[in-house]
Amino acid sequence: MSELPAPEPVTTLETEPFWRATAEGRLVLPRCDSCGTVIWYPRRFCPECHRSSISWFEASGQGTVYSFTVVRQAPEPWRKVVPYVIAQVELDEGPRVLTNIVGCDPGDVTIGQPVEVVFDRSASGHGIPRFRPRP
Amino acid sequence: MRSGGVAHIAGVFEHPRREIPDRTLAEIHAEVAAGALADAGLGFEDVDGFLCDSMAPGWSPLSMAEYLGLDHLSYFESTESGGSSYLQHVGHAAAAIAAGTCRVALITLAGTPRSDRGRVAGRGTEGPETGFEWLWGFTGPVSQYALVAQRHMFEFGTTSEQLAWVKVAASRHAKHNPHAFLPQEVTVEEVLESRLICDPLHLLDCCVVTDGGGAVVVVSPEVARALPRQTVEVLGHGETAKHTRNGRADLITTGAVRSGPLAFAEAGVTPRDIDYASIYDSFTITVVVTIEDLGFCEKGRGGAFVADGALEAPHGRLPFNTDGGGLCNNHPGNRGGMTKIIEAVRQLRGEAHPALQVPDCELALVHGTGGSLATRSGAATLILGRPAA
Repeated sequence: MSELPAPEPVTTLETEPFWRATAEGRLVLPRCDSCGTVIWYPRRFCPECHRSSISWFEASGQGTVYSFTVVRQAPEPWRKVVPYVIAQVELDEGPRVLTNIVGCDPGDVTIGQPVEVVFDRSASGHGIPRFRPRP
Repeated sequence: MRSGGVAHIAGVFEHPRREIPDRTLAEIHAEVAAGALADAGLGFEDVDGFLCDSMAPGWSPLSMAEYLGLDHLSYFESTESGGSSYLQHVGHAAAAIAAGTCRVALITLAGTPRSDRGRVAGRGTEGPETGFEWLWGFTGPVSQYALVAQRHMFEFGTTSEQLAWVKVAASRHAKHNPHAFLPQEVTVEEVLESRLICDPLHLLDCCVVTDGGGAVVVVSPEVARALPRQTVEVLGHGETAKHTRNGRADLITTGAVRSGPLAFAEAGVTPRDIDYASIYDSFTITVVVTIEDLGFCEKGRGGAFVADGALEAPHGRLPFNTDGGGLCNNHPGNRGGMTKIIEAVRQLRGEAHPALQVPDCELALVHGTGGSLATRSGAATLILGRPAA
């Protein structure tokens, strides 16, 4: 668990399974039933082959830092936790996802660094996926 | 071979104020509309095309046409791509004029983010991506463009000092602009010593937040010929949408790789032919990646290209943003495309500040970037030309 705020995610009919899984501490991703592409952001439509049948599978939760920034000035409630790290993490399954890097000094984050998913809990029990350095 | 223009820009107007707490948005639209029409030597009664962004009040062009008393429109639209919208509007107006749909198209922008601070700003609707982007403490565009800068530095060795040169050039232009929000010249050291907002971007790597607005009048060649004022030809237009491409998009290219070649091809010219460029400058990194993608230098060499005054008018390799740009002059409504068009028209008419007027300026490029380069962004490029005498 990090010290960062854990806002309630916006859930929709299309993304509810993703957030249901994070509430159980699992990272799941949608995969196109037709062409096999792993889809990001989650939706019930494949942006590669344009069909609309997908299945959810459990992801490895592992990836590497593709880019990052150390945020030093922010409005509430984030002001309390500066400096903090926003990053794009490239998942081992392919997609690059926006997230935070936690569990280390912001000054120690580097591009290419191996990371793994961790979950912070929102007030209603949703899991907010963030990433920490892999040992 | 340079093509002929299908439409002309006949009038432009930039609101002179940078803080406007005493006007409604609709009033500012009316003020800039009147200014651009007067500049063109036309009146509201001549307007049969109208374009504005979707942030305009009410039903955008519908409500604004009513407010402005535009009574015989045959074309109106509100293409929305943030800061690049107004370049798209010029391209769409030119196409509508070429198709005979309208003859005099008015494009207006107004915004008051400076006066609105603390109140709700920005687009109110949620996109399908929203749930996966707004949980991480993004602090507006700066945190997103910082991701672009960091990756560009990683891949190409771009430095903060190189980025700072973009701001230095803009500030050396802004000191000649009496309306500029930040008229002070700054040095590379001052940029590097300004506080970090989101690494690696410093305060002085970021554009200004200003109220304001602007307007452009696009007309048919027949209307242009009847006007007393020198007009500017719309020679080329290109636009595209860049997005996260199923989570596989890189962070170091922009939609300019598509919009630029489309505009150059339509105009029949190349980057080497360009005398002056208005380049969208929400952040210093925005300029560096854009000039690479437009073909002014090799990919990854933008940092080296902008160093040492290459962007400075009148004699740099690529004189840019002679009004001081969004970095120093004006970024009305957090949307800088309009002022980019206006300064290019000033250069082509020979009406830029005398210290910064590019000698014999015949061809100008205007590039707009809207949205966020880290997620989804509009890209639009215009090639504008001084008509042959």
